[in-house]
Parts: sequence; structure tokens; C-alpha cells
Amino acid sequence: MPKLVPGVIKGLGVTFKELVTPAVTVQYPHVKEAPPTRARGVIALKEDNCTVCMLCARECPDWCIYIEGHNDKAPPRREGGKPRTVNKLDRFDIDYALCMYCGICVEVCPFDALFWSPEYEYSEVKIADLLHDKEKLGEWMETVPEPLPLEVGAAAKKK
Amino acid sequence: MTTTGTDWRQAAYISGQAADARVNVELETEGMTLNIGPQHPATHGTLRIVCRLDGEQVIWADPACGYMHRGYEKLAEVRKYPQITTLVNRIDWLGSFANEVPFILAAEKLMDIEAPPRAQWIRTVLFEMARIANITLFLGDMAAQLGAVTPVFYAFRDREHALNLIESATGGRFHPNYDRIGGLKDDLPKGWIDECKAVMRRIRDFCDEMDDVLVGNEIFQTRTRGIGVIPRDVGLEYGLTGANIRASGVDWDIRRDEDSPLAWKDVDWKVWTHPDGDSFARYWVRLQETREATLIVDQLLDGLPAGPIMAKVPRIIKVPAGEAWVHTENPMGEMGYYIVSKGDIGPFRVKIKTPSFNNISITPWLLRGVYVPDVITILASLYFILGDIDR
Amino acid sequence: MTPVLAVQLGYGWLAAIKVVAVLAVVPVGALLYVYFYLFKMVSHMQSRLGPMEAGPHGVLQAPVELLKFLQKEDLFPERADKFVFGAAPFVVFLSTFLLFVIIPTGPRLVAENLDTGVFFALAVSSISVIGILMAGWASANKYSITGGLRAAGQLIAYELPMVLAIVGVVVQAGTMSLQGIVHAQANGKIFGWGGIGEPFVFTQLLGFVIFFIAAQAELTQTPFDMPVAESELVAGYLTEYSGVRFLLFFMAEFASAFAFAAIASTIFLGGWYIPGVHGTTADLLGPVVMIAKTMAVGFVIFWVRFTFPRFREDQLQAFAWKYLIPLSLLNILVTGIFKVVF
Repeated sequence: MPKLVPGVIKGLGVTFKELVTPAVTVQYPHVKEAPPTRARGVIALKEDNCTVCMLCARECPDWCIYIEGHNDKAPPRREGGKPRTVNKLDRFDIDYALCMYCGICVEVCPFDALFWSPEYEYSEVKIADLLHDKEKLGEWMETVPEPLPLEVGAAAKKK
Repeated sequence: MTTTGTDWRQAAYISGQAADARVNVELETEGMTLNIGPQHPATHGTLRIVCRLDGEQVIWADPACGYMHRGYEKLAEVRKYPQITTLVNRIDWLGSFANEVPFILAAEKLMDIEAPPRAQWIRTVLFEMARIANITLFLGDMAAQLGAVTPVFYAFRDREHALNLIESATGGRFHPNYDRIGGLKDDLPKGWIDECKAVMRRIRDFCDEMDDVLVGNEIFQTRTRGIGVIPRDVGLEYGLTGANIRASGVDWDIRRDEDSPLAWKDVDWKVWTHPDGDSFARYWVRLQETREATLIVDQLLDGLPAGPIMAKVPRIIKVPAGEAWVHTENPMGEMGYYIVSKGDIGPFRVKIKTPSFNNISITPWLLRGVYVPDVITILASLYFILGDIDR
Repeated sequence: MTPVLAVQLGYGWLAAIKVVAVLAVVPVGALLYVYFYLFKMVSHMQSRLGPMEAGPHGVLQAPVELLKFLQKEDLFPERADKFVFGAAPFVVFLSTFLLFVIIPTGPRLVAENLDTGVFFALAVSSISVIGILMAGWASANKYSITGGLRAAGQLIAYELPMVLAIVGVVVQAGTMSLQGIVHAQANGKIFGWGGIGEPFVFTQLLGFVIFFIAAQAELTQTPFDMPVAESELVAGYLTEYSGVRFLLFFMAEFASAFAFAAIASTIFLGGWYIPGVHGTTADLLGPVVMIAKTMAVGFVIFWVRFTFPRFREDQLQAFAWKYLIPLSLLNILVTGIFKVVF
């Protein structure tokens, strides 16, 4: 079809326009863009809620969660009752070298002990340092954001 | 032994011929075997194409794939359904939500569960966004293969917005892992619909830019028109699907032609075909499809039904025994899952049909007699991803 | 040659200064082009920033890369012809240096004002073709030699349109010396108005466009960069080169771009001439004007380079032989008629 302006000139126009438009580059690490709230950066552990049910370790596709626990006696609920057995968490490690960041563990936990946090700057020089133990996972809890309000039309979340 | 006069002349003649033959063999490029890959700059992964060249022309070409085989079908035998959903994201990693959908639909078919309408519509929205994320990369990448270094940066810049949107809804830019049997994991965050509409406008601007910089460019047209023509019947014979076959004039789109629980039938959109079947046609069809996808997303967002996001599913999902096959129109072509279930928490066998495998199966036929620079154009226009070929 | 400064210098000193000046211009020109166009302009066209860390806004990136190349290992293939392999980058570099000899930057600032300036420039620029062939042949690599032959074919094909485009200018100016062409443009009039002289770009627009396209091809820039971009599939003539030898090729490419842009500014855009400025002021401002015009021409060269995809080799050749050469012959014909009639 006949064109007034040949295609090659139009193409030059596009690149010239881009030349005078400011660049979109964000100069990391001087400037850091915040990831979205739901971004899957790192998993945080709230140790108080964990009952060592092992669901997360079982459902993980990679088997990257290592949990060890033992039974312990806790004081009875009422006076004169039997002491209760509770599970105490000894070891809760997540190996981030294996983790696929799928979120199945966070989703299946029935006691809300695992949370997602958008933190992503935890690279290490040694791979062994990517095994985060439960103290480190507890530290990540500070970075867990509040869940976002949902879009219009969403059904209310059941508590 | 003594040589007579004739023997000596004969020996001289033979050695002269041998010398000529040696020189010919060294300077002649007949039968030069060229390996394209498995590492080559700026193509879609570890594919190796063994070509035999005669000077400038390809005599035969043989793709050798498998360098990226990760054993998905074997892995699926020993995993549960939510775990397989995670893995399956990584088959076609550019449009990864689109990989989850047919798998989940097949499992829902076996369980006889219908996800609520809001979930189906949001699934469609994300499916089309996966298509946009995937094809925008192709639009820039084919230009890079042809020598235009600038459009690929525009492609990456603009699809970044689509990826950010996907991340704000699902948590993962490339691997959303968002589809669940019975619906979706979470509802959309507040403000997502307006942001999405703004991003769709941007993608449409990007498509217009590609129109100006590439499709209208005479040099691009000279490089791609008439190159790598796939006639209609040959394409169908080799099982090409998706934009490749629509560029050869076959009017077939699974979204329109087959029933699916997803929301494509609820919106107005057009299937783009092109009669030529050459590389230009394949680029052009994909460009129009990207634009069309943005229009589909806009319509879907306007009419998004309210309601729950998840149907009632038991806590431990056991899929009843049976077999189900579901296929969808993925960004690369037709992708399908055939699940054989024995009533367990994981499938017995999953067969994954991927579009890129058929797309490169045509290369031996297509690359005969083609000049070496055109090989790159043709491979770029066929558009495959190695994760899709090898799984 | 009349003294530029107030001091009368002997011939030896003058020659030494000229040699040093030409030797200095080559890397400076190359660095200017590399920084502004290869690092910054292409980045901003691609919506990114380019090098920013080395020095403020990345100004030190180019010199640092120079040092990086200098400290690399000197490799060459086992079966390569050592002498030819080593000489090839120098041959290409030599042709680039010689190009700067005749470019005038002021009424008295030129290394050597040859009467056959234009002819000398074109002849010398063809020497680089030999260098490329030497590089391809001496690499002892089947792919290199095919790449080198392809490059040579392309360069020879595009020599002709370049020469013929310049012939139009020579006909109009009546002289082949570059200073003479600048003076002809300075003294000319456009429809009777002598305000800015008569830059030949107005009367020789077709010649200008053809020269541009031919220069783009001579520099093996996109859309004519099939010889160097063959390295998608097959290695080009440059594969076996690394370290200093590669640096010489690279600098020669950008310095040649600078030289061709300078020649184009001289014969089409009016050179160092500033209307109304003569004498020593012209000597001082001339280089500034020349650099500005060279950068402008270079901007267009690289703008085209970074926007378009590349031609296939046969399409490239067809374009030269079937379109550019007849057009340039037509240009000469029309110029000749106008010169004789008017």
C-alpha cells in the first residue's frame, strides 16, 4: 500500500522519541524499588504457633524443610488434671538453596506459623549459609507485611 | 620394484589427481557439518541443530533436543497435585500461568468440580496476561535475531509492567503458582483492576511501536517475506499449532472452537490469520494476537463477576479414578495434559503435550535448501522455548 | 606553508607536529564516538542509562576498556600465518590514519593539502579491504575466510557508489582538493544569497544520501553488518583476534567512522567555514565547527545503526549494484548538465 512516509523513517522517529524520553533504569544498589506486598521473597517462622505437625515438611515438593521436635510435658489445663503433652520444636531449618518459592508450606500450615515476606537480599557467599535455622527465620518475621485489602467484588475472607 | 616409463607416468597422474582432490576437499565447503548450538547467542535455550551445508545452503538439518529434559512426567508420578502445579509452571517459563491451567482443569474434570465464575474469569485474565508476557518477548527477540538491537529493550521494559502486575496478585513474577483445584489461591489485591487497565494501554502502545519500528520497516520485510513458507497442509501434517498454523491460513483457535470453563466465550474477540505462511506472517499474527489479548483483558476486567474465589473442596484432595484430557490455546500453541488417576492424592501418570515440540519438528523439512542467514530468521519466527520442547 | 603561530618553524618540526596531531586525533575521535554514541546514545535509545559507575556518568569506561584490552593475552591460532595475522590489524589501522591527513579543520590547519585530496581519501580507504582479507585468510579458519571474503565483497561493492557520489561534488566544486571544496562552498551563493555560502548538501542531496549509505556499508554498520554479525552462526573474520589486535580493529572502526563523518562534513556540509569569520579566528574556531559537524553526521550514522535490522548478503549486493550505482551515475549526469548550462 502506498505510504507517504517510508517505514524506515518512521522507525527512526520511534528511536528518536525514545532517545529524548528519560530512561527507566533504576540504579540498583543505589536506588531500590520496593517489591509488591505479596512478593515471595523469604519465608518467616512464628515459632510460638508451630506445633510440629510436619505438614509443611511433608508437602514441600523439594523436601527442603527439616523439622525436629520432641514431646514435652506441660502443666495441666485445670487443677488436678493430667499433664498435657505438647510438641516442642527443636529444629526448623529451611534450605533456601533448594526452596522453589512455591508457597505450599505457607498455605498448608494449619496454625499460621509461616508467612511470606518480600525480602530478597539474603544472598550468601557459601551455599551452606543459605540454610536458615529457626532463629533466622524468626528474624524475618519483622519484615512480614500486613495482608492487603482485596479488590471489589471479592468475597469476605473467613477468619 | 622397478617402475617402467608407463608406471611412472601413471603414478604421476594418480598423485596429481590425489593432490587436486586434497585441495578440493580443503577448499570445497560441500558437506560441511555445522552445529548450531547447544549454546548460541540470544536463542531460546539449549537446542542443537545439526546442519549439513553445501556452501551457503543447508542440505539437511536435524534438531537434537533433550539438553533440558527435566523429567516432568516421571516427577509427576511421585508428587501430589499441588506440588505438580508448582513444577508445571516451569515448562513454558515465559507464560507460566498458562501451564497450570490445563492441568488444573483436567484434575477438576476428574473430580467433577466447577470453580466459581469469579475464579474462572480471573483465571482467563491471568492466562491472557501470560500470553502478553510471552509474546512481547518474542516481538522484541525476533528483531534482535535479525540485527535490530533496540526493540528488544522496549519489549523487556513493557512486559516488566505485566510481570509486576502478576507479582502483585500472585507473589511470583515468573512462577505464579496461583491456580488451585477448585479455584484460585487468593483474590486480587485492591486497585489491581485499574492498574491492569493502565498496563494494557501501555502494551497496546508497545504494539504500535513495534508496528512502526519493525513491521513497517522495509528492511525487516525484505528479510522476512517469503522466507520459511509453511504451506497449510504441511503445517497441519507436522502438528503445528498456535500462531504458526494461523499464519499459514488455518482458522483454528481452541479458545473459540472448543468448550472450556474459562471465560473466553463471554467476551468479544477476533482470531487473526494470515494467508502467507512466511516468517513475516508469523510475526504479524503474534503482534495482532498481543493486541487482541489486551482487548480481551479489558473486557474481562469490566465484567468481572463478584463472589467467592474457591469452590468447596475437601481438605485432602483425592482425585477419583479415571482419565481426563484437557488442552488450551497457550501462547506457544496447543498445550494439553492427559491425567490418568487411580484415586490417589497424586496422579498415576501425566502425559504433557507441548506445542514447541511440534514447532521444531518441522525444521528438517523447512530448512532444506535455505541460506544460512535465513536459518536464523526461520528459527526465530517459529518461536519455541526449550523448557517446552524438552520438559 | 604559512606559519600558524607567530614563530617560523622548520620543516622537521612542522612534520613532527603534524604526525603527532594526526596520531592524536585517531584515538580521540574514536573515544568520542565510542562514549557518546556507543555507550550513551544507544543506551538512551533503548531506555536505559549505559555505563554510570566508571567515572561520573561513565566517562572513564572507554579508557578503562582500552586498558583492559591491553592487558589481555596475545593469542593466535596454531596454524595461522603469523606475519599476515599480525600485520592485518596494522594495515586497517594504517588506512584510518592516512584518512586524517587531508581533512582540513581551518584555513591553514591541515596536515597536507593535497591537490588530489578526495582521490587520495578514497584510495586510502580501500586499503582496509586488504587488511580484512588478510585477517580472514590468516586465521586458518574456514569460517573466517568466508567471512572475510564476504566483507571484502561488500566493501568493494560499496566503494563505487561512494566514489560516484563524490564525483558529483568534484564536478560542482571544480577541484579535488578538500580545502578547495571548502572554499568553493564558502564562496558560493544560494539563489544569489551568500549568507552561509553554499553547502553542497543542498545541490547534491542525492549525492549526500548515497554517500551516507555507502559510508554506512564501508564501516560495516547495520543494516550492512552481515560480515561481523555472522557470528550468530558462523564466525566472522574477527574471531581469532583478541586483546590488542582486536582493540586495533575496534579503534580503527570507530576512527574510520569519525573520518568518514569528517569527510562528509567537509564536502557536503561546508567544512570549517563559518560565515564572516576569517584569518586566525577561523583557525581557532574551525576545529570546533568541524567537531560539531562530525558529531552531527556521526549521530545519524549511529542512529541508523541502532534502529534497523540487517540486510542479507545478496540483498545488500543487489542494493548496491542495482540501485545505488545507477542513481549515482544519474546524479553525475545531472550535475554535469547543470554545470555546463548554468
